[in-house]
This record gives sequence, C-alpha cells and structure tokens, in this order.
Amino acid sequence: MTLLSIQDLNVVFPGKSGPVHAVRGVSIDVTRGESYGLVGESGSGKSTVLRAVAGLAPVSEGTITLDGQTLGRKRDRAFYRRVQMVFQDPYGSLHPRHTVDRVLSEPLAIHRMGDAEKRIARALDEVGLGQGFRFRFPHQLSGGQRQRVAIARALILEPEIMLLDEPTSALDASIQAEVLNLLDRLRVERGLTYVMVSHDLGVVAHMCERLSVMEQGRVVETLTRADLRALRATQPYTQRLLAASRGFTRADPVT
Amino acid sequence: MSLISVRDLTVSFPTRDGWVDVVRDVSFDLGRERLGIVGESGSGKSQTGRALLGLTPPPGRARAERLDFDGQDLRRATARDWRAIRGRRIAMVMQDPKYSLNPVMTIGAQMREAGRIAGVADPASTAHRTLEAVQIRDADRVLGAYPHELSGGMGQRAMIAMMLMAEPEVLIADEPTSALDVTVQVEVLRILDDLVRDRGMGLVFISHDLRLVSTFCDRVLVMYAGKVVEELAAADLDRAKHPYTRGLLNCLPRLDREPGPLPTLDRQEEWAL
Repeated sequence: MTLLSIQDLNVVFPGKSGPVHAVRGVSIDVTRGESYGLVGESGSGKSTVLRAVAGLAPVSEGTITLDGQTLGRKRDRAFYRRVQMVFQDPYGSLHPRHTVDRVLSEPLAIHRMGDAEKRIARALDEVGLGQGFRFRFPHQLSGGQRQRVAIARALILEPEIMLLDEPTSALDASIQAEVLNLLDRLRVERGLTYVMVSHDLGVVAHMCERLSVMEQGRVVETLTRADLRALRATQPYTQRLLAASRGFTRADPVT
Repeated sequence: MSLISVRDLTVSFPTRDGWVDVVRDVSFDLGRERLGIVGESGSGKSQTGRALLGLTPPPGRARAERLDFDGQDLRRATARDWRAIRGRRIAMVMQDPKYSLNPVMTIGAQMREAGRIAGVADPASTAHRTLEAVQIRDADRVLGAYPHELSGGMGQRAMIAMMLMAEPEVLIADEPTSALDVTVQVEVLRILDDLVRDRGMGLVFISHDLRLVSTFCDRVLVMYAGKVVEELAAADLDRAKHPYTRGLLNCLPRLDREPGPLPTLDRQEEWAL
C-alpha cells in the first residue's frame, strides 16, 4: 500500500542567470513500512526531492500525496507529526546554544504533546544516549552523538515517515555503522517508513529495499536491492557509480 | 632510497590538563611510492602530514628522533630552508578547494603567484601546461575563472596543478578527494596515479576511507589515537591482524554483504596505549 506518492515532481528555483530546473519529472511511490533510497551525486536533485516533500523546496509542478491526500502549498502541523526529517550535518542542524533537553522539548511544545519528561527520557534511551546527555550542549557531543540527538528529535513526535538526508555521510565509518544499525532497529520496532538520500551505494544497498538513481534532476533507473547486489544495472551512469563504489581501479579507463 | 624518513614523530598540543600527544612515535619511510595513512577523525593522520612540512599549527609542537628529507635534517630547518622546500620540493594538497583557493583571485593569477614564489621559470605557460597535465581540456577558461565558477572536481584539479608547477618530489595529499563525488574521485585519483608513475613522485595519501586507500596505495599505515597500529601492503589488507583495522573494514556497508546489523567496533583500551 502506497503511503507516500510523488508524481511528476518538478522543482524550479529562480536563479540569476535564468531558472534552475533542479528536479525534472520525478515519480516515486513509497510503500508503508519500506525503506526507499535515492542515490546520486551532488546536484542530481536527490536532496531537493526530499526537501520538496518536507515543504522546504517549492513544488513547481506535480503532486505529492500522503496516504491518499494531496499535499497543498503549505504543510500543516498534522503533516509534521507524521513526517520528520533528519539532516546531513549534525554540526549544523542543532542549535549551538540549546541543550539536548531544549532541542527535544521544542517539537513537543509545538505539537502540544504532554508528558514531556517521559517522552524525552524515552527518546534518549531509544537512540542509545541515555539520561546523562540530557543537559549537554551540542559542542559537548561527538558527531555521532549529535546525529543521535537529531534522530531523537525526529522520533519524539512518533512520526510514520522519516526523511533521511545523508544521515551518516559526516560520520566516521565505525560511527556510521552504529547509526545505520540504530536506524534499522528503529524502523523495525516502530514500523517506520524511510526515504533515504545518499551518495553511497553501499549504504543504500544496506538500508533500502528499493532505490532510484538520480542524475541531473531525473530518475535514470529504479532498482531493487537484489538488482543492485547482483549488479543488474542497465544504465551506464549506475554502472559507473557501481564501479566507483568498489574503490580505485587501475585497469579500466573512465569513459 | 627513501625520500622521507621519519622516526618517533610526536606532535603535542597544550590543553588545560597539560600537553596532549596527538601523534605518538610515528615512524615510516617514504620512497617513490603511494603511501596511505588511514584513520578516523582525531587519529592524528592530518597532523602527521602537516608535521612533514613543518606546518604544525602553534602552539602545537612536533618533535622526532629523525625527520629527514633527501638527506636533510628537517628538525633543524630554518625559515629560509623551509621556503626552499615547501611548494618546491614537497607540496601539499588540502581537502576542500572551496577553502584552499583564494576566492577573489582568478585561478590563473593564483597559479602564476604560486609558480613565481616557487621559483618556476615561466609561471604563465607552466600554469597552462600543468592544467592540461591534470586533464583540464579548456585550460584557458579555467585560468580566467574564479574559484566559485568551477565545480568541486575542477577546483581540486586546479589545486593539484598548482602544486605540480614546481615539479615537487613529494606530494602530501590530505583527503584530496573526500569533498568530491565518487565518479569524480576516481578521475582525480587516476591523475595522481599517473603523476606518481610518470614523474617518480612520492605520494603521502591521507584519508579516512580504508577501502579507497587499499585500492589506490602501495602501502598503508593505519592510525588510531595518534599511533600507527598497523602497517601493511595494501594488497594484504584482507589479512590485517590488528582488530582495529579489521573492525574498520568490516563495519563498512557493502553491496555483497548479507543484510543484518553491521558489525560495530568494540574499542579496546589497550589499542590507545
């Protein structure tokens, strides 16, 4: 059953030298409970798709429906209860002068959810930080810990869909593994639906059942995890990404 | 014969609780090869690279039992000695072209300046030639462009070209491709690879990406908490002995891995001793 449907999405930003067409006719259906990946390089429009869903980028054409309901120009509060986003850079996405407690209290206050004490304690436990971190400032946390706070902030509203924009690309490999495991576990426990953006095919193959490869604002190919693992990519661009993900090769020339 | 020889390099920074050693007793020799230094953030890999050029930021201090470059003792190098080495004989490429290039000078002006300071005979034509050497097809456009007018990959190539103008014997590359897209990354690495082979340069390749380093370099030093915990030929990475190296390899999500939780690193205190 389709939970989130994006049909023929176009995003155009005004630019100094004419409009910039960041997303061109992207259509994606995300089933409830699945983890969907968007892969591409910088400028491919993958993050913009996510931001358009979250209402952070203008939808120039096309429709986005959540649970059968078409989303309008502005997202209402109920929408953000159901859909939450985790951003790439945990150094930029947390207010430097707010404690973890305040970071987690704010969404609860906005959505008038009671029981703040209990919810904050539970959210911190769930992301593996624990109560000891509650009154710390971001600068007292490592990158991985900050990203856990960002995940806790999204989770605390008990959303159905999490939009994950490169959630581990700013982290060390060993910390990335911990955060990916955390995200995987939370999805199973809470029956969450993920839409995950990444430039790393390995990460997406690990996390997502289905994925779309984007290049220059378009979806060039949609694959299942099994396709990806069996290297069944038909598009030359996907094949180049696959080759690059294996590291440096001396033999084959870049075409 | 080794170009650079390092014994017991230690880099320290003062903190409120006294001096902290961020690089501890690192020793290695660099020949005309690709040497990789791998580690996670805070492992001391970048400070090791900077110490080779006498660029430990004050108030930090670097000391070593031996720090030789081509028979010259770098520990006793004066400011004048360093000027004769930096950029001319040992060059460094940093991670992000957005921050390392001067935003208000054209690429051409920066390259000519760098060439002049490094004592290149004909900076203008050398700039043009080295840009072509890093496979920039339209060198004239790049020379006239400001850094913001170039893509990340193009900017990084321009930086590498700038460092190559004086034909250095050693290139220290600190995460030279980390800010780049994967397909561009491969192209930049190929350029570095050709340079090492064709010019007989020594390359110190500093990176957090163990898989990339293992496929690109000849030899790898793995650093953890300021120390080299393992040194091995890149081809033997699968046979790594140290649990940290093995843990770092295993925790990477891979296409051919079975689904299920990724193994995480179980850090042992004795690794940091």
